[in-house]
Amino acid sequence: MALPDKRTTEAEAIAELRDGMTIGIGGWGSRRKPMSLVRELLRSDVADLTVVSYGGPDVGLLCRAGKVRRVVSGFVSLDSIPLEPNYRAARQSASIEVGEWDEGMLLLGLQAAAWRLPFLPTRAGLGSDLVRLQPDLRTVRSPYPAADGEGEELLAVPALELDVAFIHMHRADRGGNGQFLNSDLYMDDLMAMAAARTFMSCEKIVETEDFPSFGSHHTQRISRLMTTGVIERPGAAHFTECPPDYGRDEAFQKEYAATARSDEAWDAFREKYLNVSEDDYQRIVGVAS
Amino acid sequence: MSDVRQGPATRAEVCAVAVAEAFRGDGERLANPIGVIPMIGGRLARESFEPDLVMTDGFAGFTSTALPPGADPSLGTLEAWNPYPQMFAVLWNGKRHVMMGATQVDRWGNQNIACIGDWHQPRSQLLGFRGAPGNTINHTTSYWVPNHSPKVFVEAVDVVCGIGYDRARELGPVASRFHEIRRVVSNLGVFDFEADDNRMRLRSVHPGVTVDEVVAATGFELAIGDVAASRLPTEQELGLIRGIIDPAGLGESEVPDVS
Repeated sequence: MALPDKRTTEAEAIAELRDGMTIGIGGWGSRRKPMSLVRELLRSDVADLTVVSYGGPDVGLLCRAGKVRRVVSGFVSLDSIPLEPNYRAARQSASIEVGEWDEGMLLLGLQAAAWRLPFLPTRAGLGSDLVRLQPDLRTVRSPYPAADGEGEELLAVPALELDVAFIHMHRADRGGNGQFLNSDLYMDDLMAMAAARTFMSCEKIVETEDFPSFGSHHTQRISRLMTTGVIERPGAAHFTECPPDYGRDEAFQKEYAATARSDEAWDAFREKYLNVSEDDYQRIVGVAS
Repeated sequence: MSDVRQGPATRAEVCAVAVAEAFRGDGERLANPIGVIPMIGGRLARESFEPDLVMTDGFAGFTSTALPPGADPSLGTLEAWNPYPQMFAVLWNGKRHVMMGATQVDRWGNQNIACIGDWHQPRSQLLGFRGAPGNTINHTTSYWVPNHSPKVFVEAVDVVCGIGYDRARELGPVASRFHEIRRVVSNLGVFDFEADDNRMRLRSVHPGVTVDEVVAATGFELAIGDVAASRLPTEQELGLIRGIIDPAGLGESEVPDVS
C-alpha cells in the first residue's frame, strides 16, 4: 500500500498562514521546537497572530519581531535562562495581550479542542488571581451533587482551537506519521489534533517499516491522521535541544537572549541569522551536516 | 573522588533537614521539591525516615536512586516513566507534595511567582503562573525561600498564583478539600499554618538565628508561640548529605554558611 506523499517545505507551510490566525507551536520551553518553521514565519509578512505554546524562544522571537497580538501559554522560558527576555520585554511594555494560564490548563484547552469539546473542567485556577485577572475564563457548575449537596463549581478551560499547528519530530515518513526519540512527547499530539492543519518538521524522513530500528512502537505517537504536511529538515530545532540527535546550543541561545537588550542587537541578529535562508542559517551557525 | 566534608552542620544542611521534615509522614506519594536545597532535603527524607516517597530524576522519570541535584538521570534506576502529560495526571490525582519557590508569600500562604507590579503591565515579568494554581488546589504544597526578607514575606502579594488559606476558605470546604500549605522553609527558619486561624506561624528558628531577626525580616505579623530551634542533622544525615546526596556541596551555593 502506498502512503500519501505529504512532503512539503517550510515556505509552503507558512504560505497557508493568514493575518490574525491562531497557531500552536509544539515542544516545551527551549526543547524540540519546530524552529525552522518559526524562522520561515519570521521571514514572512504574516502578523497579528495568536500563539499557543509551552513557550520558549519561539514565542520570544515572534514577539520581538512584532508578529504577535496575543500569547496563550503556561510559561515562556529558555530553561537554562529561566525568563525569556523578549517575552518579558513584550509583557513589560504591554505590547501583547496574554492568556497566562496554569500549565495544566493549557493541556486541557488543547485536549478540549482535540476532542471537539467547548471546554474541559478543572480545579486548577480556582481561588487564584489567574481567574480574577482574566475574566474571559468562566466557571461551570457540576450537575452532580458533591458531599455538601451542591454541584461543585469548576473552572471551564476553553478549547484552544488552532488554525495551524507546528511540531517537530525526530523521525517521520512521507505519509506524515511521526516518531519522537527523546524522553517526552510534551503536548505535541494534542497540538496536532487541536489544529485544522498541522505541519510536522523532522530530523529525517525514513521508510515506514524502518521506524522500529529507531525506537519501540511506543515512540510512534504521531499518526498521519494528525498531520497535513511533513518537512525533512535536519537541525530544524536549533538552537533548542533535540536529544538524542543534538543538545541545545547554549552559546547561541545566549546570543539570542542578548537581542532583548537593544534594537541594535536585535537588528544585527535579524540581519545575520533571520534575513537569510534556512540553509544559510544552518551553515552560519554550524548545524548543517 | 573528593574527601567527604567534615565539621559541624552548615546552615544549608539545617535547611535541608527542615525540608526533609516537611515530607515526614507523606508515605507513598510523589515528593516533588524544586530547587537545590529542596531536592537535597527530599532525597534525605527518602534515604532516612520516609523511604516510600517517590521522586523524579529532574526530567521525565521517577528514580529510586539518591541522585545529586542536576545529575544525569541515566545514572539512576528508572522506577517509572513520567513525562509532562503524565505529571499533570499525577497532580490532579493528588498523590503529590510539591515544594516550590516563592518570589512573594503572605501570611495566609498566598504565593506569587508571576510578576511584580500590575499584572496587566508588570514592572518585572517573572515566571507566570506556571503550575502554582493547579498545585495548591489539588495537593499539598510547601515553599522554599533561600533569601528571607521583607520583600519576600510581604503584607500582600502582587499576584496570587498559589492560593493560601484565606482564598481556600472563600472557596468553601468542598472546592478546597485538597488544599494544604504544609510548610515554608527559609534560610532563617521554618513556618507552618497550624495556628487556629491558619495564619503563618514561626515554628522554629535555625541555630544562630533569633526570633527578632525573623520578625525584622518579615513584612507582616507572624503568629509566634513556643518557638523551637530547628533540629540539627544527625550524624547519619550528615553522612548521607555529604557522602551521597550532595557530595559537591551545591547546597552551600544556594545558602552560604554563616558560621
